[in-house]
Amino acid sequence: MSDQAPQRVKVTSPRTVVRRRPRQVTSEIDAHTEVGEIYLSSLLGAQFGLAVLVLIPITLIGIGLPLVFVLFPQLSEVCIFGLPITWLAVAFGIFPVLIGLGWVYVRAAERTERDFIAAVEE
Amino acid sequence: MSPAYAITAVVVVSLATLIVGVWGFRVARTTSDFFVASRSVGASLNASAIGGEYLSAASFLGIAGLILVSGADMLWYPIGWTGGYLVLMVLVAAPLRRSGAYTLPDFAEARLQSRWVRLVCSLLVVTIGWLYLIPQFQGANLVLGPFMGARPWMAGVVVAGVVLANVLVGGMRSITLVQAFQYWLKLTALLVPIIFLLLVWSNGGAPSPVDTPAIGGVPGADWASPMTSSSEHPLYLTWSIIFATTLGTMGLPHVVVRFYTNPDGRAARRTTLAVLVLLAVFYVLPPIYGSLGRIYAPDLIASGRADAVVLELPLRMIGGVGGELLSALLLGGAFAAFLSTSSGLTVALAGVLSQDVISKRIHPIRAFRLAAIIAVVVPLLLSIGLKDVSLARTVGLAFAVAASTFCPLLLLGIWWRGLTDVGALAGLAVGGWTSLIAVVNSMIGGGQTGWAADLLGQPALWTVPLAFTTMVVISLLTKSRIHPSVNRFMVRLHTPESLRVDRGPASNSGRVS
Repeated sequence: MSDQAPQRVKVTSPRTVVRRRPRQVTSEIDAHTEVGEIYLSSLLGAQFGLAVLVLIPITLIGIGLPLVFVLFPQLSEVCIFGLPITWLAVAFGIFPVLIGLGWVYVRAAERTERDFIAAVEE
Repeated sequence: MSPAYAITAVVVVSLATLIVGVWGFRVARTTSDFFVASRSVGASLNASAIGGEYLSAASFLGIAGLILVSGADMLWYPIGWTGGYLVLMVLVAAPLRRSGAYTLPDFAEARLQSRWVRLVCSLLVVTIGWLYLIPQFQGANLVLGPFMGARPWMAGVVVAGVVLANVLVGGMRSITLVQAFQYWLKLTALLVPIIFLLLVWSNGGAPSPVDTPAIGGVPGADWASPMTSSSEHPLYLTWSIIFATTLGTMGLPHVVVRFYTNPDGRAARRTTLAVLVLLAVFYVLPPIYGSLGRIYAPDLIASGRADAVVLELPLRMIGGVGGELLSALLLGGAFAAFLSTSSGLTVALAGVLSQDVISKRIHPIRAFRLAAIIAVVVPLLLSIGLKDVSLARTVGLAFAVAASTFCPLLLLGIWWRGLTDVGALAGLAVGGWTSLIAVVNSMIGGGQTGWAADLLGQPALWTVPLAFTTMVVISLLTKSRIHPSVNRFMVRLHTPESLRVDRGPASNSGRVS
C-alpha cells in the first residue's frame, strides 16, 4: 500500500500544482465527473500506448521476418553448426527479444501506475 | 524401449504427481480453494504452475515431430506459443486479474451484463477445452501406447484416470503444486538427454541436416530453410500460425483461470514475465530434437510416428541401457506433459460446467466433481476413432478457435467502452463458427487442395480479423445498448488496487463463496 511510506513525499508536476482542487480526485472518478473522466482516460491512454509500443516490435518480427525470408532466400545459404542462420534466428534469436520487451513493459507499466496514484492522491 | 522401462517411468510420474497432489490437498478446504486456490499463490510458484500447465505434449513431443516432418516453418509454433504470453501481458494480464472474475464467462458477464454472452462463452470454453483435450488423449495412445506395450486405448485411459484422481481429491490448490512440479520435471526430462545426444552427434562428426537426402521430394537444404519447406503458400501459413498462437493464448480456458491466483494486477504482470522466461528456456530444446530427428530418424516420417521422435532418438543414437534410461526419462516427461495440461483443462472446464450447466441444487463441491468427470470422459471417448493427426497441429487449431473468439472479446472488452452485448455475441458467433468449421474439417481430413486446404488448414489469419470487425461494426450499430456500468468496470480494470475508488460489486457471479 502506498500509504505505508515512512514519510509522505510530495510529488509535484506542473499539472498537479496548477490544478489543486478541494475535492479528492478519487471521488471525482467515483462520481464520473469530467475531471474524473480525464484522469481515467489518461490512465487508459497511457497504458494502451505502452502496450502498442511493445506490440509494434512483435508485429514487425511476426510479419516482417517471414517476409524477409521470402524476399532474401539466399540468407538461408549461410550455415552455422550445420543449420542455416535463418533457422537459428527463429529458433533461438527471438526469445531474448520477447523477454527484453516483457521486462521493459513491466517496469514502464508499474511506473505509469505509480504516477497515476501520485497524481490522484495529490 | 522395453515396456518395463516405459511402465516404470509412467508409474513413477503418476505416483509423484499423486503424492504432490495429496500433499497440496491438506490446504484445499473451501469451495474457493477448489476453484482458484484462494488467490494466494506466490509469483514464482504460480509462474512455474502456468508453465507446467501450458507445456502440453504438443510442446514436449509435437513440435519436434512437426519440425521433423515439415521443417523450418514449424519453428514458429514455439515462438508464437511464447509470444502469446507477451501479448497477454501487455493487453490482458493486469486488467483481467483486477476484474475479479474467476473464469472467462464470469468476465464476459461482468463486462457486458448479459446472461446470453455468459452462456455463449461457457459453450466456447467447453468447446476449446475439448478440442485441446482430444489430441492429448489421442497422442497418449499413439505415442506412449506402443512403448508401454499396451492396447491402443490404454495410455489415454491411464492419463484420464490419474487426472481425475488428482482433480477430484484436491481441486486447484493441489493442481497448482502439481503443475509447478511438472514444469521442472518436463524441463529436466528434455534437457538431460539432449546433452548426451549432442555429445554423440558431435563425436559422430556433427553431420548437418542440410546434407540429408531428400524425403518426399524435399531436400535437406529446403527442409532447413524457412519458406521452402512445407507448402505452396508458406507466407500465408506462417502468418496464420503466428496469428493463431500469439492471439489464442489469452483465450485458453486453463491459462486464463491461472491469472486469478495472482494477488493483484501488478503480480499478474510479473508472473507473466516469469512465465515468458520459463517458456523460452523450455522451447529452445524441441527444435534441436526435431533436427537431430532429420539426421537419425527420418523413417518415422513415412511410418507416421513423427511425434515419437523425441522418445526414439536416445534409443537410436545411444542404445543399450543408457539409451533406454534416457528414453524412459523422456517418456516420463511426456507423460507428465499429457497429465499436466489435461489436469489444468479439466479444472477449468469443470469450473465452468459446474457453474453454468449443472443444476444449482447440487452442492458446489459435488457439482464440481461431477463436472470434472464429464469434462474428461467426453473427449476421451471422442479421441478414440478420430484420424491420427499431428499433436502440435491439432492443438494449434484449438488456439485458432480461441484467437477467433476470446481474443476479440477480451481486447475490445478491456480497452473499448463501445463494446455491446449484441456486438460481442455477433463477433463470437462469426469467429467461433468460421474457425470451428475449419478446424473440424481439418480433424476429419477434409481433402481439399491448394488455397482451400491452406485457408481451412490454418484459418486464424482471416477468422480473427473477421471476428474483430464483426464485433466492432455491430457494437457501433447498437450503441444504445452500451451498458451504463461500463465506466465503473473500466475503473475496476485499470486502476491499481491500492487506490481507494469505487470499483462496483465483485464480478464473480458464480456460487463461490
